[in-house]
Amino acid sequence: MRGCEGGDKMSKSEKAFPMIVTFCIMFVFWVLLSAWVSSHEAPGHFNLLHVCEGIIAALIVTVISHELLIPEKGEKVLVKTLRLIPYLGWELWQIALATFDVTYRVLHPKMPIDPRIIEFETTLRSDFALTTLANSITLTPGTITILVEPEAGKFVVHAIAQAPADALLVDQTMQRKVAHVYMEE
Amino acid sequence: MHSIDIISTVLMAGGAFFMLTGALGLLRLPDFYTRLHATGKCDTLGEVLIIVGCMVYQGWSFITIKLFFLMLFIFIANPVATHAIMKAAYVTGVKPWKKGDERM
Repeated sequence: MRGCEGGDKMSKSEKAFPMIVTFCIMFVFWVLLSAWVSSHEAPGHFNLLHVCEGIIAALIVTVISHELLIPEKGEKVLVKTLRLIPYLGWELWQIALATFDVTYRVLHPKMPIDPRIIEFETTLRSDFALTTLANSITLTPGTITILVEPEAGKFVVHAIAQAPADALLVDQTMQRKVAHVYMEE
Repeated sequence: MHSIDIISTVLMAGGAFFMLTGALGLLRLPDFYTRLHATGKCDTLGEVLIIVGCMVYQGWSFITIKLFFLMLFIFIANPVATHAIMKAAYVTGVKPWKKGDERM
């Protein structure tokens, strides 16, 4: 992983920031999920006991999972998160296109499919980037990821027809977008 | 009828249509891999449309936020599940269907 140059054991002060951030996220998440509404006026049950329970639950989750949520340090995380937002918008649009594509192929009387298995290599190496690309491939029209080899950045993909296979092999729009988001061009 | 009712009904009907298409694709397509295309993609948008319909119907409340998180987790979990099934089939050696083959 190129993003973790300081992949040694983090000192306590470096550990504190991700733990605090994780705790805040987990507690806000708890408040959102626990604040149930019986009528439209009552804002839920926020007495001392319930809030203490929420804090304890958030602390337990923080201790277990603070390394999972924010594994990298530094301001790069912020830049990557900001770059991820427009990418997610583009991805949502691709999901809609994917569904229309499959709907067309399924409902067409002759079923215009020509499935094939393709392989290609990318420059991506970090876990987040590979996972994002693999999920994006599965969500976009006509392709599903079968295998990923992280060392070589190699992807094995099942495509339902020639056009979606070419989109990955020739255009490579998605690879460029993911590489831009995770700064691994 | 309020306009909110109409919007949420249209969204939910759209979701139901795509779920139905996914089921139809599961029956019509020729082999394991192509069938996963139908369920993996149509179900994602179908479920999301139904949830968005529920969100519109519910209005602005904590239930809307819970539905939003549900949608987020579907977005993450659905492609992962599709990929896991696909990989299991590929590793155990299920032969993919090629154009011109007999239907399995």
